[in-house]
Amino acid sequence: MNGNLRKLIYSIAAVVAIAYASTSHAAALTGAGATFPYPLYAKWANAYKKQTGIRLNYQSIGSGGGIKQIIAETIDFGATDAPMTPENQQKNGLTQFPTVIGGVVPVINLKGISANQLKLSSDILADIFLGKIKKWNDPQLVALNPDVKLPSKSIVVIHRADGSGTTFIFTAYLSQVSPAWKSTVGTGKAVSWKAGTGGKGNEGVASYVQRIKGSIGYVEYAYALQNEMTSVQLQNLDGQFVNPDEASFSAAATNAKWDASKGFYEVLTNQPGKNSWPITGATFILVYKTQSNAESGRGVLKFFDWAYSDKGDALSSQLGYVPLPKKVQDLIRTSWKEQIKDSSGKSIWK
Amino acid sequence: MPNRTLESRLKRQSILDLLFRNLTRVAAFGVLLLLFSIVGILIYGSMPAIRAFGFGFLTSTEWDPVADEFGALVPIVGTLVTSGIALLIAIPVSFGIATFLTELSPRILRRPFGVAIELLAGIPSIIYGMWGLFIFAPFFADNIEPWINDNIGQMPYIGPFFIGPPMGIGVLTAGIILAIMVIPFIASVMRDVFEIIPTLLKESAYGLGATTWEVMWKVVLPYTKVGVAGGIMLGLGRALGETMAVTFVIGNAHQLSQSVLMPGNSIASALANEFNEAYGELYTSALIELGLILFFITFVVLSLARFMLYKLGQREGKTS
Repeated sequence: MNGNLRKLIYSIAAVVAIAYASTSHAAALTGAGATFPYPLYAKWANAYKKQTGIRLNYQSIGSGGGIKQIIAETIDFGATDAPMTPENQQKNGLTQFPTVIGGVVPVINLKGISANQLKLSSDILADIFLGKIKKWNDPQLVALNPDVKLPSKSIVVIHRADGSGTTFIFTAYLSQVSPAWKSTVGTGKAVSWKAGTGGKGNEGVASYVQRIKGSIGYVEYAYALQNEMTSVQLQNLDGQFVNPDEASFSAAATNAKWDASKGFYEVLTNQPGKNSWPITGATFILVYKTQSNAESGRGVLKFFDWAYSDKGDALSSQLGYVPLPKKVQDLIRTSWKEQIKDSSGKSIWK
Repeated sequence: MPNRTLESRLKRQSILDLLFRNLTRVAAFGVLLLLFSIVGILIYGSMPAIRAFGFGFLTSTEWDPVADEFGALVPIVGTLVTSGIALLIAIPVSFGIATFLTELSPRILRRPFGVAIELLAGIPSIIYGMWGLFIFAPFFADNIEPWINDNIGQMPYIGPFFIGPPMGIGVLTAGIILAIMVIPFIASVMRDVFEIIPTLLKESAYGLGATTWEVMWKVVLPYTKVGVAGGIMLGLGRALGETMAVTFVIGNAHQLSQSVLMPGNSIASALANEFNEAYGELYTSALIELGLILFFITFVVLSLARFMLYKLGQREGKTS
């Protein structure tokens, strides 16, 4: 009797211990980095946990922080808005893949002008942010917008005060289209602005633009949507004027030449195609090429495999992000098989 | 027998005493150690920037993360100018508040007013920042800045300092918000020190026919100047290091402008904005050096304040 009881207690303890060990093991999926996709990753993680019971913990500490943490090997994956160059991936033994697409949208505050009414060309946009075009009724703007009544107000430029992936995408675009921008300002998450006022975060820029009359700023599409801001039409590489919306972001991502061997290093700005929105960018995940812990490595890939499903895509659209085209998602899955190995050199993704 | 218990109790107490003394010593030295290690880490962290830019860091207005060119003049000037504007507004207002509360206000109003001012001091700075951005800045842009542009902006000599697009956001707005934030500190210290004046002194002055103004200016202030200066320094200390409220309204632009209506930057808000996503050794290091400079400025201000108070105290000893 006594012996039986003891056996029972031991076996219960063993079962509890195993169960505990396996749940705590499953909870070990951790990632950190970019703030821009944070709302989506949190939503994905929540839905994924409901479906599979596997927990994923994502901390939005900023792209720079995400890169530092993955190099220090304290997390299972890092997230960054600006893609890591193939050389840097090589140096750190990392590989990279995109998750979703977002668009950066110029927004304005001009009385009487409604959303997507004003047309801007790439040169004009660059000259406004360089501080060369100072008035809303500048002859170049008037020539491009004969139907719009433009006031003789000063243009107030609003930019990001903090370093951000949004700024990286925006300045990458301006560097591509304007030699003057490239030589005086350049591309970066934070740059030396030639004009204007800085707001902290997308919400900071959004609230400045909403409050300052005659202002122009740039925000992530989701923020423009949520705050019902006045966006503009931009001229793309094919010379067409396009509205910022899911279709035009998706067009840019489809027309891009994704290259898995370079870790999908691709800045999606200024892509060809007559429907492509010119200032589009993807946000990226960084993982080790050689996974010392194959189990958690596979867990991360499974999570993103699920995120590329119709369920994951629906959640992206709900929050104002644009899912990657199916073709690109399949390309990414293939690349996992080729790129990500365990310590014995076997591919961890089947 | 009773002797022995007394002895053992004495022994136990002396051990406890020793323990207590050493614990307090550890606490006191711990703070010192912390201070020195913070300074040490700041210096160590800013070495790459110090090596790269030297003293030029203090005089350069360049802030270009793409080209790795950094200079601290814009945030240094922004920090000093916003704090200066804040004191310029806060000192007279606080003096008025303290005078009213100690001399003129009906007795029944003193407590509620005093409590209200102390409550103001307890409001978190982010609230001031949000209020500044959402309520004050639009009001300032629509109603006050156009007037400043048209009137003060047209004056000779000082005009250029008050010209700019009416955005509601800029160095002047930051200074005004800071003033509102430091007024409760300065006012409550002033009130406290004004209250400790012997009634005999004031009543003698009133008895000689002095007005309230004369009593305040010639009796109360000279008697309390040390405390008043201390209160002002307390306010200045808060203004120099204030981060969130300033970040919301200063405009965060690394540009040196003559006009206080233009956006600028302060050391604390540059750090808050840029540290998260600073990439590369030199960028991070330049930000840490900014922190070191802020530390140094605060240290100098507080030391100057101490020195001034010390000198004042010495002179008082001689004359009386």
